[in-house]
Amino acid sequence: MMPVDEAGVVAAIQAATTPLRILGAGSKLPMLRPVQAPASLSTAGLTGITFYAPKELVLSARAGTPVADLVAATAAEGQHLIAEPPDWRRLLGTDAAGTLGGAVATNLSGPRRVAWGAMRDHVLGVRAVNGSGEVIRSGGRVLKNVTGLDLCKLLSGSHGTLAVMTEITLKVLPAPERRATLVLKGLAPVEAVAALAAALGSPYAVSAAAYLPATEAARIPALAWLGESVTLARLEDFAPSVAYRSDRLRADLASFGSAEMLDDAASLAAWADIGDVVPLIGQGDALWRVSVRPSLGPAVLAAAQAAFPAQAFLDWGGGLVWIAGPATVAAHDAVAAAATAAGGVWTLMRAPEALRAAVAVVPPEPAALARIGRQVKAAFDPRGLLNPGRIVAGV
Amino acid sequence: MIEQPEPKTDVLAKRDAIVAGLRHLLPASGVIAEPLRLKPYETDGLSAYRQVPLAVVLPETTEQVAAVMAFCHAQGVRVVPRGAGTSLSGGALPMADAVVLGLMRMNRILDIDYADRCAVVQAGVTNIGITQAVAQRQFFYAPDPSSQLACMIGGNVNMNSGGAHCLRYGVTANNLLGLKIVTVEGEILDIGGAYLDAAGYDWLGLLTGSEGQLAIVTEVTVRILRSPEGARAMLAAFTSNEIAGACVDSIIASGIIPVALEFMDRPAIHACEAFAHAGYPLDAEAMLIIEVEGSTAEQDDLLARIRDICAQHAPISLEVAKTAEQSLAIWKGRKGAFGAVGRISPDYLCMDGTIPTSQLPAVLRRIGEMSASYGLQVANIFHAGDGNLHPLIMFDANSAESFHKAEAFGADILRLCVEVGGCLTGEHGVGVEKRDLMGVQFTEIELDQQRRVKSAFDPGWLLNANKVFPLTAALRA
Repeated sequence: MMPVDEAGVVAAIQAATTPLRILGAGSKLPMLRPVQAPASLSTAGLTGITFYAPKELVLSARAGTPVADLVAATAAEGQHLIAEPPDWRRLLGTDAAGTLGGAVATNLSGPRRVAWGAMRDHVLGVRAVNGSGEVIRSGGRVLKNVTGLDLCKLLSGSHGTLAVMTEITLKVLPAPERRATLVLKGLAPVEAVAALAAALGSPYAVSAAAYLPATEAARIPALAWLGESVTLARLEDFAPSVAYRSDRLRADLASFGSAEMLDDAASLAAWADIGDVVPLIGQGDALWRVSVRPSLGPAVLAAAQAAFPAQAFLDWGGGLVWIAGPATVAAHDAVAAAATAAGGVWTLMRAPEALRAAVAVVPPEPAALARIGRQVKAAFDPRGLLNPGRIVAGV
Repeated sequence: MIEQPEPKTDVLAKRDAIVAGLRHLLPASGVIAEPLRLKPYETDGLSAYRQVPLAVVLPETTEQVAAVMAFCHAQGVRVVPRGAGTSLSGGALPMADAVVLGLMRMNRILDIDYADRCAVVQAGVTNIGITQAVAQRQFFYAPDPSSQLACMIGGNVNMNSGGAHCLRYGVTANNLLGLKIVTVEGEILDIGGAYLDAAGYDWLGLLTGSEGQLAIVTEVTVRILRSPEGARAMLAAFTSNEIAGACVDSIIASGIIPVALEFMDRPAIHACEAFAHAGYPLDAEAMLIIEVEGSTAEQDDLLARIRDICAQHAPISLEVAKTAEQSLAIWKGRKGAFGAVGRISPDYLCMDGTIPTSQLPAVLRRIGEMSASYGLQVANIFHAGDGNLHPLIMFDANSAESFHKAEAFGADILRLCVEVGGCLTGEHGVGVEKRDLMGVQFTEIELDQQRRVKSAFDPGWLLNANKVFPLTAALRA
């Protein structure tokens, strides 16, 4: 089913008697657990920007609006989507253009997340239809709002299991006038993350920080010429600030080696590819995303490499570890154990259905929290219709 | 007086046994039950509402909090969490049959990690205390509510507190990584940690701003940020609210996001100037304080750009601070605004709606008309970048009529905020103050959805049941 308005979503849910697979364009279906449902409900038919006030930094659009349309609309006003939502079509092997609803439902955030917040941090308001077919709104169209429970955050990243979002309001910001990226070459992971910590802990408002081993860096055209591992710190601001801060940052990080600089165009290209996880496209049959304390990113990387032939790199200053490897329970257990040992969490991002159905795709919650989770699910979707089993089996 | 849930007669009847039970769980000084010593806990920053609680407990550890919660759960006793008691919306107002759970003794900083840019602190650490603990390394904790000297991080989490620098740094929710909570049943849970974006539902986001409806927060992992090289302010004054509003629009449209962008109307300018002698232009109808960050050269560059924009809006005064001292002088009046209004009128209500910034001139006009019709003075302070409006309504607390008028005036302003596309509260929270206005912003279906989420955490409605949601028949019975 692909309704063209919210009333159609309400009707579809009210009429449903068996579970529904909830999706936008379907670009992220290879993530998490496969949903067993006889029918699908897509929001891809709900399109269009409904409100955009650049001077108020607020944009609303229907859930099925392609993210690319929002990127274009904001760029036309010299603005951008703050969380830099990536395009994972090639990574996940789908050709559907990701929608706003999908980006919010998966809390899709790119490299800028480390400094400027996740997708969910910029969701100001939502309209959604719960599992009883009721229209609920949370938040609004203003930047500061603490009225009632923050269901915007709860629905962001809930993967369509609580309600079907029909319209979303985002905070947007002016796009930077200039970008530049400082590159340190040939560092080992531990040294690299120390350099990134120094960069992120500097007063220069570093807006992205990543480390790619030589093999992975070679798969990004804007970085391949460097020929070694790369440690990257991005600056984004007015041109005079970027020039000044580049010099200061280079001086501050001198003990890690002499730095190269990527200009505006190369920075744009390199970070788009890092966000899109280009180095791991087509690598391994399974893909994991581990979020940890940044200083422990290298330990997770090393543990994965010790367990299987892993392809991997670090974003978010070391705190986000992308790992590609074989689609086996043993490899999954190794990633989960490494994440757990580092006090972090894992998500199985892509794998054949057999593995996705067989393992915990995200860490199991403690019993008391899992119970609350089931009760919250029932509070939105008492009939268990919406994307059952997407995140956790049986919920 | 605001309506309270009907006290549970069985709980009131076994008061002595409950107090005795609590004394088994806590050190002697951690349980307060004597009427005279309960008195300080009867109210908070919204002192018009008062209710002495059944008892107060002051635990020192998460385990003690868990023991208290398990005991209260077993006994069916309501619990009202409390930090420093600075809430302006009555967020810590007790109930006659409730135990107030004060977190102020949990005031230790447990860990600071500069490399990973986070700190773990107990709920009773003050907001400023976090920044003070990391200032030696030029780090800071970003949200800066104006009560930051006193207010506690646990309260900040529960109210999702903001401040004057939200436009750049976000509110509390955007600056948290993890929580330690105690459920209503007394179970201890870790939510998130020293990493970004936990997998699964965003419990951290849901708990933040939940006003004590879902769980007790005992520890918080916050993000700490490196301080900018410096910051400097400028002041621009205009002949009308419309022109000042247009100037704000032009600044944002230029691509500059100042770290602070504060708007004061004529009554606010006069009150602050009389109090602080900051040199504010008394012939202005509206004034902006605009602050930027960076190196001295970066500040110069940004302030020059903003100055040029302001100059296109026929300012009657334009003053760019040349030094940090001049910057402080510009801020002096604004920072003293509450004290300044307090000197004109000892009693005032500080409202907290948010409006689309384009609606500011129209909203200020309507507030002016209401002020005349209610016969009460009002001064408006506005976080112009993010639309958060703070009308300060002056009244005489010795006159019940004056107070009721002020309440009605405030409610009218909040209805107006919702009517023009905004919301009831930008950073103070619903508390008891705006509880009965929730129907203005939400449908009954939406309120029931939120109530069901509360019930998922707190099936018996023991946590802070007099706040946020209009009372249901079940609570009145």
